[in-house]
Amino acid sequence: MQIKVLYFAKSREVAGVNEQTFELGDGAHTEDLLAQIIAAHPALDSVMKTCVFALNQEYVRPQDKEALKDGDEVAIIPPLSGG
Amino acid sequence: MAMGDASIAAEAAALRVKNASLEREVESLREQLLALRAELGSAKTQEDTSSGAAEQRNGGATATTSLSTAPSSAPAPPRAAPRHGLSRAQVERYSRHLLLPAFGVAAQERLLRGGVLVVGCGGLGSPVAMYLAAAGVGRLGLVDHDTVDVTNLHRQVMHSTARVGQHKAASGRATCTAINPTIQVEAHMCGFTPANALELVDRYDVVVDASDNPATRYLVSDACVVAGKPLVSAAAVGTDGQITVYNYGPDGPCYRCLFPESPAPENCSRCGEAGVLGVVPGVMGCLQALEAIKVLAGVGDVSSKKLTIFDALSGRFTAVKLRGRSPACLACGAAPLLSRANLAAHDYVRFTGQPLDDGPPEDLELLDPRVRLQPAQVAELMRQQQQQQGSAEPVAAAAAEAAGPTTAEAAAAVQCRSTVFLDVRPQPQYDVVALPGVVHVPFERLEQRLAEVLALCGCSSSSSSGDGGVGGSSSGSSNGDGGSCNGGGGAGSSNGGGGAGCGVGAGAAASGEAGEQPAAAAAAAAAAAESPPRVVVLCRRGNNSQRVAARLAAAGVAGVTDMRGGYQAWAREVDPDVPLL
Repeated sequence: MQIKVLYFAKSREVAGVNEQTFELGDGAHTEDLLAQIIAAHPALDSVMKTCVFALNQEYVRPQDKEALKDGDEVAIIPPLSGG
Repeated sequence: MAMGDASIAAEAAALRVKNASLEREVESLREQLLALRAELGSAKTQEDTSSGAAEQRNGGATATTSLSTAPSSAPAPPRAAPRHGLSRAQVERYSRHLLLPAFGVAAQERLLRGGVLVVGCGGLGSPVAMYLAAAGVGRLGLVDHDTVDVTNLHRQVMHSTARVGQHKAASGRATCTAINPTIQVEAHMCGFTPANALELVDRYDVVVDASDNPATRYLVSDACVVAGKPLVSAAAVGTDGQITVYNYGPDGPCYRCLFPESPAPENCSRCGEAGVLGVVPGVMGCLQALEAIKVLAGVGDVSSKKLTIFDALSGRFTAVKLRGRSPACLACGAAPLLSRANLAAHDYVRFTGQPLDDGPPEDLELLDPRVRLQPAQVAELMRQQQQQQGSAEPVAAAAAEAAGPTTAEAAAAVQCRSTVFLDVRPQPQYDVVALPGVVHVPFERLEQRLAEVLALCGCSSSSSSGDGGVGGSSSGSSNGDGGSCNGGGGAGSSNGGGGAGCGVGAGAAASGEAGEQPAAAAAAAAAAAESPPRVVVLCRRGNNSQRVAARLAAAGVAGVTDMRGGYQAWAREVDPDVPLL
């Protein structure tokens, strides 16, 4: 199945792209996706430790191993502190 | 008789009209007077008094009295009974709110009775404060310990060129009072600290987080949880923005629910480093003003349990549905550790690893200060090198040829007389200004371009590759150690960090030599004094240049150092024509 990942703020800067599609096997969950993202962008590991994740625009915690399905969209939202 | 009556009635009516018009004029003049007084008051750096609002209240009373002293000889027209507590001046000022079916007089009265604390008078705080003042929030508290800087003005629209150097809170009060002299604006120039957080938050109904650093964000959120106040929070850096309302309603989450751990300092983009498109905090600040008005006036759906993110370049808003309070939250969870009693003792600076403001990052001390070059020394080195250019290169080539491949060191020694000035600032900074003859490799691209950089810095890069220690190490290191260039390891340059870096020469004939070079890097300090350094790294402030110098030393480059204080120090000490970016 294909999962679209949207990068925001610092995660976009580190990944170097706005969005990216990952190919995952059936039955994959959010933690599997996270591992694939880190494999593609090792430097994102530390950034993602303090990010908010949204699955189809709803807050999720990747460690809860939320089930994924083809066409899902996952957003990575780092905290912003500037103002 | 009838004619006389009619003419008297007409005269009375005309007088009434004139009287009303004069009264309006008096009220307008009174408002102007209040505005002028407020401007005058803001020049003094003292805490705001409530004189503005008090006088307005007195003013309102006077106006009412003068109405009742209208000429009594003429028959009074039927009096329209006000169905609210607003003065006529207020009805006129907020007329467009009152006309709005979704708002109306009751909502306006709630705004007028309410108080909002705005933490931060910068890019977010400017539109927040100006709109809330204009909208008629009765009491506005503006907190900021900082002063107006010229680099603020492209986004902090509450301040002006003439106010550079003034306290932002005072400047904000002057602007807000000029927009609306009938409200009370309090300037808190002490800043928002664990010691005064609760005292400030307790005095207002709604808090707006318009701050610019993680430490303050956690503090504001905790104080709002402890004091039970809704928090309208937004942030903006670069071209990104976020907004949500925390601690609202029975189970609205707080900042800690969403971000229980503070991001590492290197993962926090600051406007002063990463830049910010001025209008982005403007957009987010306007949305904050809107949410604050909705909370205070009790209209519409408040953005609680909803995080809206704004991508300015694509022009897209994305709303993420959040959950309620996290039971594990330290501040608002099932067993909170934070309380009114212990909030002031909480160490937010330690928790976030960052200060309670967005000042420049601390100066690192990765390199031995004796190795580092002062900007004036770099200037002298550049001058010498420019003079030698043209004559030194043929000499070096001749020496290399005469010496032959077996004495590469001699050739290298000659070549080493030319110094590489490695500029590691980000591309946008390089695009603004650069010293002549620098080689530009942005810090972020160093690991990617390490082989190229090492070849450039390696003294034997042009001699035979067979026995070139550094040549060998450059190819080895490019794949052998892709570790990120973080400060920690590099500092050791000679030992600790070198350990990883030294993998570079492993297996090669020159491994011994490569292993020695990092150790020699410290000693190169002394050598640098006599012979020019091989590589001088330059950056904006002198922190990344140290990281890169340590990284290169660990990778086997000898004679590498940096310029203390970077381009900023150069601008201050060597060439005032270079702009302070």
